[in-house]
Amino acid sequence: MIHDLWLVPAFPLLGAAILMISAGRLPSRAVALVGVVPVAVSAIVSAIIGIGFMAAPPSGHAFTEILWRWIAIGGFRPAVGLYLDPLSLVMMLVVTIVGFLILLYSTEFMAGDEGYSRFFAYMNLFVSAMLVLLLASNLLFLYVGWEGVGLCSYLLIGFWYQDAANGLAARKAFIVTRIGDTGLMIGLFVLFTHLGTLDIQPLLHRAASVWPHGSAIASLATALLLIGALGKSAQIPLQTWLPDAMAGPTPVSALIHAATMVTAGVYLIARMHGLYMLAPAIQMTVAAIGAATLFVAAFAALNQHDIKRILAYSTVSQIGYMFLALGVGAWTAAIFHFMAHAFFKALLFLAAGAITMRLEHHEHDIFRMGGLAKKLPVAFWSFLIGSASLAALPLVTAGFYSKEMILSETWAHGGAVPILWAAGLVTAFVTALYIFRAVFIVFFGEAKTPIVGRYGIRIVLPLAVLSVLAVIGGFVETPNGLGGVTIFSRFMGSVFGPAPLAAGATETALLVFASLVSLSGVGLAWLLYMRPAPRFAAWTQTPSVVAWRAFFLSGWGFDVVYDRLVVRPFLYVVRINRHDAIDDVYTGIAEASRGLHRLLKLTQTGRIRWYAGWLAAGSILTIAVAVIR
Amino acid sequence: MMLVWLILIPLLGGLLAWPAARLRAAAARWVSLIAMALDLLVLLLVWLRHAGPIEITGGGRWIAMFDAPWIPQLGISLRLGLDGLSLLLILLTIGLGFVSVVISWTEIGERVGAFHFNLLWTIAGTIGVFLALDLFLFFFAWEIMLVPMYFLIALWGHENRIYAAIKFFLFTQGSGLLMLLAILALVFVHQRTTGTLTFDYFRLLGTRMSPSTEMWIMLGFFIAFIVKLPAVPFHTWLPDAHTEAPTAGSVILAGIMLKTGAYGLLRFVVPLFPLAAIRFAPIAMLLGVIGIIYGALLAFGQNDLKRLVAYSSVSHLGFVLLGVFAWNALALQGAVMQMLAHGVSTGALFIMVGALQERLHTRDMRLMGGLWANMPKLSAIGMFFAIASLGLPGLGNFIGEFLILIGTFRVYPAFAVVGTLGVIAAAAYALILVQRAFHGPPRDAVAAPDLRARHLAVMAALTVAIVYLGVYPQPVFDMASGGLANLQTATHGVLKLAEGDPR
Repeated sequence: MIHDLWLVPAFPLLGAAILMISAGRLPSRAVALVGVVPVAVSAIVSAIIGIGFMAAPPSGHAFTEILWRWIAIGGFRPAVGLYLDPLSLVMMLVVTIVGFLILLYSTEFMAGDEGYSRFFAYMNLFVSAMLVLLLASNLLFLYVGWEGVGLCSYLLIGFWYQDAANGLAARKAFIVTRIGDTGLMIGLFVLFTHLGTLDIQPLLHRAASVWPHGSAIASLATALLLIGALGKSAQIPLQTWLPDAMAGPTPVSALIHAATMVTAGVYLIARMHGLYMLAPAIQMTVAAIGAATLFVAAFAALNQHDIKRILAYSTVSQIGYMFLALGVGAWTAAIFHFMAHAFFKALLFLAAGAITMRLEHHEHDIFRMGGLAKKLPVAFWSFLIGSASLAALPLVTAGFYSKEMILSETWAHGGAVPILWAAGLVTAFVTALYIFRAVFIVFFGEAKTPIVGRYGIRIVLPLAVLSVLAVIGGFVETPNGLGGVTIFSRFMGSVFGPAPLAAGATETALLVFASLVSLSGVGLAWLLYMRPAPRFAAWTQTPSVVAWRAFFLSGWGFDVVYDRLVVRPFLYVVRINRHDAIDDVYTGIAEASRGLHRLLKLTQTGRIRWYAGWLAAGSILTIAVAVIR
Repeated sequence: MMLVWLILIPLLGGLLAWPAARLRAAAARWVSLIAMALDLLVLLLVWLRHAGPIEITGGGRWIAMFDAPWIPQLGISLRLGLDGLSLLLILLTIGLGFVSVVISWTEIGERVGAFHFNLLWTIAGTIGVFLALDLFLFFFAWEIMLVPMYFLIALWGHENRIYAAIKFFLFTQGSGLLMLLAILALVFVHQRTTGTLTFDYFRLLGTRMSPSTEMWIMLGFFIAFIVKLPAVPFHTWLPDAHTEAPTAGSVILAGIMLKTGAYGLLRFVVPLFPLAAIRFAPIAMLLGVIGIIYGALLAFGQNDLKRLVAYSSVSHLGFVLLGVFAWNALALQGAVMQMLAHGVSTGALFIMVGALQERLHTRDMRLMGGLWANMPKLSAIGMFFAIASLGLPGLGNFIGEFLILIGTFRVYPAFAVVGTLGVIAAAAYALILVQRAFHGPPRDAVAAPDLRARHLAVMAALTVAIVYLGVYPQPVFDMASGGLANLQTATHGVLKLAEGDPR
């Protein structure tokens, strides 16, 4: 079965092709079928391959399949090939299963939209490209998936194309991520020029044997790859596109801008972790950027009104945790958190979609919701479970175990690292605060917007399954004090090496401490938003607090700075040279010769006396010149 | 003799098409179509019959060769040669020739016979350029290619066609004159050292001359070719010519004729003057990089859809200039791929603009927007080629650009890095095109029928071509490598074609 690996990305591609060629002529039932079935089949094939892989791992715990020779020029021979190891297997399973659930949900959520067929075409194309990204055995082929998901993200953010604002958000997403992508591309140039291959596994081996630990060239290459990862995964300084990307339909946000595509940067670094271990300075930069991002984005999330923007900033922040983990060498923890996050964040987005689709005018502002717990129990319970997992409520949520693993390994990393750990811990508190702020405002208090419609099974089922996953997904890896399950880290062992052993007593202390931090975040949210004290309301209206809130609301003002530093200068240069200054030179030559022509034409009067006069004057002048010299 | 037929068929087809239009307009169109089909057949026959290329002493390996005396007193002969490089470019020429005839079916209603005469003759001239291995013959073909194109623009163009046609004519004739002077200089220098007067490419290779003479003559050729390419600062004829030309004219111009400039650089400039080319390479590559960025910035600023596409060509051909002077296997293969992919994708974009103009009677994007609602097929196809043009992996343009940049990186990393930044600017102009034309709120004024079967068929063929180039490009590389090896042979070992492997 493992030899049929190529089927996994091929099915969604086929689905996309059918939908595109049919160009909207299929009836909507057929579209839904063609839209969902390929991904469902991919998920089943992935599951079978996964079970086979775990039952009888291929030699070396990895499987490579070359599909065809893509380019062969001299020593440059990238192939179209797939590579399956525990890392890509886990990601493949998550992408296909979560993808299937979100597509199923979409068949109902998007019903009646005039772009129904287009939506499923793009979504299938996305899943296929994402799978290529994960499974590619070669960096150039990986880049195909990398740009492919970027394209689908662009197409789906701007899905409702008639609103120009959506188009702007889509272009912003594409161009900002492409700035990162050029970093990645130059990184490929460096890697190939110095190592002579882009096949990932040979490349990693060669790097380890050729480049000394901490060498400049390794730092350069990893720094360039990091730029690519920052763009795709919306980390500082390239994070600004993700909140605006919420202009797309909610299932898109769930699949692309929460569960899968935005974690591509995490995957890239994890995949290339052998290189990063050669460049400790850059690896530390990864951790620092992750810590800064998770902190900055959490405060931004705390001040949003739009339910999807809260979740968007939350995504930026949670990917910050993954970067932090990568930066301290907690590779397995990063991937574990990726998995847990995919479950609970997809759940949160789908629940948010389930709320807004039932509100009049698809209301997104949490302050115009309220009291929905009784009216929309399905959405309430799903959102609550997702929030609990995001806030890492102890023992019963997946988010608890994955975040716990990151924090304890960050602590264990030692050195200058306590500040990184502290950032992670403070943000865990803020995370609980901001998400339960949303929970209390949206679901409790008095109702403000009327409810319409009802849910079908295709909405409820994905929510239910993801709710279960958001709870049990963490039980594959638990700390020593809580059973000490190590299924996940043992499975990942062949990729990342054995997991470090945490000191027992400290670990338990940290565990208790972190649990208390999460719970106190929820508690504070309850105090502030369920029992609003008048003094708190007055405090939020004081001028300095209002200014800070506006600052956080805008995402710490990054957009304004980029607008001044990049966008406006670019537009200015374009505007002043719209008519191509170089052409003026040629027009000038043409004008000058035409002017000369007009001037000379004046002398052609037809009067013999004038001609004779000119002749005489010329002769005198010539003689004069000759005499004087 | 088969090679002669490659040129003769379109010439005769043109002569036949003109009177045929007197019977029925459609007759001229069918004659042209059949001429193209016959030409393609001949090309395939040559290709198949000469599976094993023929060896020429000191001249490399050629698929086919033709030689007959023409003006023996002056050492001028009808020397034609086909290798992998010229075969690919002629294939592109014939393919886009087909496309041009098909898309002009309804667009051209006046003087149909004369139109097809000019179209076929300019195609014949282009094929001649790609085949000629005698410098005088090359110049002759160069002129045959340009004059009918002047008429295509001047007679069947849009509002400002006379201005554009004259500008096109002045630039290309001016540079053609420079090339003629350079050819004569080379021939006389060669005569002085060897005593024989000849225009034969193979004999002129390796002509001994002083470094400064070599540089001056090289510059004559170089400028003539980069005007055609076009490279900044000689590009300004192109936006006007493209914008005012009828759709078929734009397709031929962008798709094929610009490549004659790149072909000239590859076939003549570097092999004839290898030492001067090495010394001059940094400046040439600088011009290439400037072209990439400058063209992209201007493309972003345009309101006229056709001008936008035209400036994007300046940007894309900047990559080709970069690749040619990086002169290693990766960059050169990339340059060839970029030529083919640009021909297909830009050709398709011009067809899209032409179809829009036919329906909306405007090319101004300020009057468009929301076209997707009324013309989903046209919009989807337009978006596809805009995305191909910004270099999406999996499509041909990406392969070309990536290979050029990775090849350039090993010789001049700084140029490669700046060139890579041009890829960001490409995203900006390609996406603004999509936004301003196809997305946004639909306007009532732009209700018009979608693409019909004939255009859809053409676009489908071009789509298949660009996907093929992106997904399975190896046959193209295999074909081109023979031609590129010939170029290296032609430098008489002065330039080693670096292998892809660094070690």
